[in-house]
Amino acid sequence: MRIFLVKRVFTLILTLLVATLVVFVVLEILPGDPAAVMLGVNAEAETLNALREEMGLNRPVWVRYTHWVASLLTGNLGISYTYDVPVSELILSRITVSFPLAILAMTLSTLIAIPLGIIAASNHNKPMDFLVMSFSQIGIAIPNFWFAMLLTIVFSVTFRLLPAGGFAGWDAGIIPVLKSFLLPTIALALPQAAILSRVTRSALLEVLKEDFIRTARAKGVTNQGTLWKHALRNALIPVVTIMGLQFSFLLAGTIIIENVFYLPGIGRLIFQAISQRDLIVVKNLVILLAGAVIMINFVVDLLYAVIDPRLRGGSDA
Amino acid sequence: MSKIKTFVTLIVLTLVMAMNASSVMAAKNSLNLGMVLEPTHLDPTAGAAASIDEVVYANIFEGLTRIDKNGAVKPALAKSWTVSEDQKTYTFNLQKGVLFHDGASFEADDVVFSLNRARGENSVNAQKVLFKPIQSVESKDSHTVVVTLNQPTGGFLFNMGWGDAIIVDEASAGKNKSHPIGTGPFKFSKWVKGDRVVMVRNDAYWGTPAKLKMATIKIIPDPAAAVSAMMAGDIDGFANFPAPESLSQFKSDPRFKVVIGSTEGETILSTNNQRGPFKKLKVRQAVAHALDRKAIIDGAMFGYGTPIGTHFAPHHPAYVDLISTHPYDLAKAKQLLTEAGYPDGFKGVIKLPPPSYARRGGEIVASQLRKIGIDLEIIPVEWAQWLDQVFKKRDYDLTIVSHTEPMDIGIYARNDYYFAYDSPKFQALMQKLAATVDTDARYEILGDAQRLISAECVNGFMFQLAKHGVWNKNIRGLWENSPVQANDLTEVYWVD
Repeated sequence: MRIFLVKRVFTLILTLLVATLVVFVVLEILPGDPAAVMLGVNAEAETLNALREEMGLNRPVWVRYTHWVASLLTGNLGISYTYDVPVSELILSRITVSFPLAILAMTLSTLIAIPLGIIAASNHNKPMDFLVMSFSQIGIAIPNFWFAMLLTIVFSVTFRLLPAGGFAGWDAGIIPVLKSFLLPTIALALPQAAILSRVTRSALLEVLKEDFIRTARAKGVTNQGTLWKHALRNALIPVVTIMGLQFSFLLAGTIIIENVFYLPGIGRLIFQAISQRDLIVVKNLVILLAGAVIMINFVVDLLYAVIDPRLRGGSDA
Repeated sequence: MSKIKTFVTLIVLTLVMAMNASSVMAAKNSLNLGMVLEPTHLDPTAGAAASIDEVVYANIFEGLTRIDKNGAVKPALAKSWTVSEDQKTYTFNLQKGVLFHDGASFEADDVVFSLNRARGENSVNAQKVLFKPIQSVESKDSHTVVVTLNQPTGGFLFNMGWGDAIIVDEASAGKNKSHPIGTGPFKFSKWVKGDRVVMVRNDAYWGTPAKLKMATIKIIPDPAAAVSAMMAGDIDGFANFPAPESLSQFKSDPRFKVVIGSTEGETILSTNNQRGPFKKLKVRQAVAHALDRKAIIDGAMFGYGTPIGTHFAPHHPAYVDLISTHPYDLAKAKQLLTEAGYPDGFKGVIKLPPPSYARRGGEIVASQLRKIGIDLEIIPVEWAQWLDQVFKKRDYDLTIVSHTEPMDIGIYARNDYYFAYDSPKFQALMQKLAATVDTDARYEILGDAQRLISAECVNGFMFQLAKHGVWNKNIRGLWENSPVQANDLTEVYWVD
């Protein structure tokens, strides 16, 4: 287990380093001068040059790269070109929106999906299974942005129960924050739950066909007993894999939902930073997200070992 | 048990009442104004983005002069001024008793600092050209500033009313991007990045205090989300609503008022005057005759917009109506193209930046020009790419852009500008304009300038961008037009 961990951490560092190189090179190739974007069409050449100098864009490429990697190690990520605040502060303020939202959506999605998956699997080919699978089919088919708009029209415009969007801010208190998160959480969670319930169902059905289930049944364990005691744990591996992927998606890929609810999250920050050529924000965010995905995969790997003792291996496990 | 129940009920009731009370109170003296683009930072002296001025100008920051809602020059931090006989020396008498929001007092040194910083060598001012005529800025006493110009500059007082010419304090200037400190009727309160900028009334304001106690600018980039936010009552209004297609929905809703005004945005089919067939006047004339402005306004802007025949705002008193000089006439366009040596037309490229006026308008323009045989390849570009390829490298044939700076006909005198229009005649006109101070004489020259670029068909002149205001019918005092890039909230208030 220890060797496994050391190996994993080493790979992790190497992956991150390669990622920094790729991100840096890609952003170098990206056309567009951040100074020109900031100063617009009436700026003169000397003004542009003054700004480029101020932003450190006139230094050689390799100096900028090493400087950046060093800054990643110290955590001092520099100052955003456009917002003129430390990048770390900017990213942090966005994470306090995106991360809780991802957690809430993931929790809701799991709370819906796992029970539904179990119900469907244990009622295989019965009306209940059909019902759950129809829900899941609809959930997969509905685009989440459309669902989000539907939620806004019903709960914000018609009934005026919840704000149509925006983020109240943590200093406004927990209730306004939860109010601003409620609709986005539902909009994000339901399509994910639809997928997850399907995965749970098919994983369970797969396991229920296994020999050891038949053995358990032959030994007199009830249907419910085999399901809960023997099948579920074995079916969790694909479920956890999908959940890992979904969580990565929820952290970074919620840009459309963030737009519909105009939430100041990571997705919108990255989109905005790219279009404004705020390269220092883009590269740090991309690395952060790459790091997050790698970390989530790492955690998922560890969870495999927790679920399935056979995967622990090693002498000192 | 019942005690706990009562306690919980009490708490819930208090919360509900507190929430309702705050929303009722809020409706009276605070305003939530929506905006599409978030300002990149809040210092108008260090960026071109209109969104910066639209938040802070006239609200947080002020200049020596200010531009009012009709585009007229009014005194601001300069109480009054005198101009010397030779029109080269301006003596500004400054307001007394003015405090910056951090408590520092406003004096002549601040004016000297601000203007010298804007024109200085390390200046990152996006409109540095406005300060070019200044030779020196000196303080005569604590509340008198003398500005000496190289040459008489007719538009000088107007230029000093731009957001780029605001007066800042040396001590706080470096922090203005994230925490702006000005002298205006509103104080910066907080900026939740990506969500809102909050301003509160400056109770120590030197002039007429603002009527609103608090103003919040909410950032909503998505037009569909903007509609929901308005319908749900989260937002009280948009000074300029992002989606003209939704305006009819607001028009039919008695809660809202739709106010169509004018902006300074001349939307033009910018033409590279040094490239390919477009070098020839006859080709550019053919393009002008092939443009059906009404179809473009109807198709791209849902009917909102005023046709223009030159690069000048139709609401300005010096505007000359030149639409009829190049009427929509396909036969004539074809004939001109044949005379230019392109009887079968030619191929070209049109690069379109992201705004819908450009993307939608571009498709229509391309189909209109195809009728006379000009086959355009449509290339959508991002702003950053547009600035790089089109604006800087002039790698384009045609593009569509709205030039939103007020009174910007002077760009046609810049031969290094992306139109690549080099006309000594026009440059001479602009020099003459700069040296003329008398209003009538200036309008005369501006008229000649408009006629010249129209006759030479420098660009395809399409329409003046409309300002689609939508706000709660009980709001008063929001600007109908935008003669400068600003949302001046000083006179906004609610009625019952």
